[in-house]
Amino acid sequence: MNVFDIIGPVMVGPSSSHTAGAVKIGYVSRKLLAEPLKKAEILLYGSFLATGRGHGTTLALVAGLLGMKTDDSRIPDSMRIAEERGIEITFGEAELRDAHPNSVQLILTGIDGRKLEVVGESIGGSRINIAGIDGISTNFSGDYPTLIVHNLDQPGHVAEVTSMLAHKSVNIATMQLYRASRGGYAVMVIECDQEVPKESIAWLEHLEGVQKVTYYSLKDGE
Amino acid sequence: MSFEKLQEILDCTQERHIPFWKVILEDDCTERSVSEEESFETMRHMYRAMKEADTAYDAELRSASGMAGGDGAKLEQFRRQGNHLVGDYLSEVMEKAVKMAESNACMRRIVAAPTAGSCGVIPAVLLTYQKQKGTEENRMVEALFVAAGIGEVIAASASIAGAEGGCQAEIGSASAMAAGAVAYLENGGEEDIVHAAALALKNMLGLTCDPVAGLVEVPCIKRNVSGAVNAVTSSQMALAGVRSVIPPDEVIDSMRRIGRLLPACLRETSQEGLATTPTGQQVAKRMRS
Repeated sequence: MNVFDIIGPVMVGPSSSHTAGAVKIGYVSRKLLAEPLKKAEILLYGSFLATGRGHGTTLALVAGLLGMKTDDSRIPDSMRIAEERGIEITFGEAELRDAHPNSVQLILTGIDGRKLEVVGESIGGSRINIAGIDGISTNFSGDYPTLIVHNLDQPGHVAEVTSMLAHKSVNIATMQLYRASRGGYAVMVIECDQEVPKESIAWLEHLEGVQKVTYYSLKDGE
Repeated sequence: MSFEKLQEILDCTQERHIPFWKVILEDDCTERSVSEEESFETMRHMYRAMKEADTAYDAELRSASGMAGGDGAKLEQFRRQGNHLVGDYLSEVMEKAVKMAESNACMRRIVAAPTAGSCGVIPAVLLTYQKQKGTEENRMVEALFVAAGIGEVIAASASIAGAEGGCQAEIGSASAMAAGAVAYLENGGEEDIVHAAALALKNMLGLTCDPVAGLVEVPCIKRNVSGAVNAVTSSQMALAGVRSVIPPDEVIDSMRRIGRLLPACLRETSQEGLATTPTGQQVAKRMRS
C-alpha cells in the first residue's frame, strides 16, 4: 500500500469494493473484449447480488463496460448512457461455485461479433481479480498490461509467445498456464512490465494453433 | 518501505532533522520512484478533490435506499441561524462530515480517506480549518501527508477495512489521521501529532461495523461526525500537553487485536447489531424486493 491508497483514490461512492471495484471489473472486461460493446449479460453473485442495488454495483459494472473509470461522475447515469448508445444490457443471477462473495460473471458480445465471458471478483479496497475468462480459471489484477493467449495444447506455443515478448523487450512480471484437458484447449495469462505492441498481437492471432488473443492495455482508449 | 510503527517515523524525523510530513513524502518518492514535486502535487490533487466534493454537495439527492440525504443541509441551516451549541469551527466540521458522507452514499465523487465509508472525517476537519484560519494550501497538503503517514502505520500493523477490523478500523483510523493532521497545523510537535492520533483512536476502539442492509449509510454517515469531532477534541488534548498513557503504537496494536476478536457478524456482514433490528431488517427486505 502506498500513501495514495490511504489518501485516495478519488472515486464515485458509496463503496470501494461494491462500486469502485465493480467499475474496474467492467472496465478491464471491456478492454479485453477489444471492440465496442453491443450486448452484455451481467450475472451477479453473493454480496454483489444481495446488496448490489443499494451500492450501485449494477450501475458501476455498466459504467466500466462503457469505458468509464472509478472517478467518472457519469457512473450513476450509466444505464441511460448505455441505452442511448444502443447497448443491450440484461441482469441475472450467476451460477458459480465456490466463488468470491463479491463476484460477477459477464457475458459480452462486441459489435463485430466477438464474444467474451469474464468472471471478476472485487477483493477489497478497489482491487480486483479476473478469476475466469471463457470458462478457464485465471488470476490477474488489471494493474499490469496483460496478454491472454488461447491456443491448442501443443508444444511450442509458450516459446513462440515468450520469444516474441523478448524480441520486443517486454519483460514478463507473472505468467500462468492453464488447460481444459491434455491436448485440448489451453490459455496463457502473462502480466507484463511494458505494453505489448499492437502489431505483435496481430501477429500472434495469425499463428497456427492460436485460437484467440486477448490483451489488456493500461493505455486509455485501447 | 512503508512504516509499521509511528516510532519509526519519529526516529526518522530526529535522525534526518526533517518534519513528520517530509518523512512520509520522501518515503513515497522512494516507494513509487517519483520526484518530491510529483508526490506533493498528487497530494494537492487529493486535497482539491476533497474541496470540490464538498462544494458539489447537493441537498436534493437521496440514496437508492432513501435513508441518506439532506441532513447536511439541515446542519448548515442550523449553523447559519446561529443556533449551535458547539463553536463555529465544530459546527462546520459536523456539517461538512455529513455532507461528504451523504455525497458518497448518493454516488457522488469523493476521496476515500482512508475508505469511502469514512470519507467525511478528514475533509471535514481540514477544509473547515483552512476556511476559518485562512491557512495556505501548501500547508494543508503537508497536513494530508501527516494524516497519510498515520494511516499507513495503522494499515500496516492493524487494518483500515471494516470487514477486517470493524468500524474502529475505518472511522477510528480516519479520526486518528485527522487528529494528527490538526495537531500539525496548530504547530504541535511530533509527539503532539502521534499522541493526538492515539487519543483519537482510543476513543474509537471496539466500534463495530453493522451497517443496515449492508449499505454505507446507517450508521456510517453520522459516525463520520463523531469521528471528525473526536479528532478535533483529541488534538486539543494533545496540544495542551495531555498524553495517552498507552503509547501510540501500543494503541494501534490493541486495535488490531480487538479487530481479530470481533465476531464476523459485527464486521460488515450485517448479521448483527443495528442491521438486525426490526427497522434494519425492514430496510434490508425493501432493498431486496
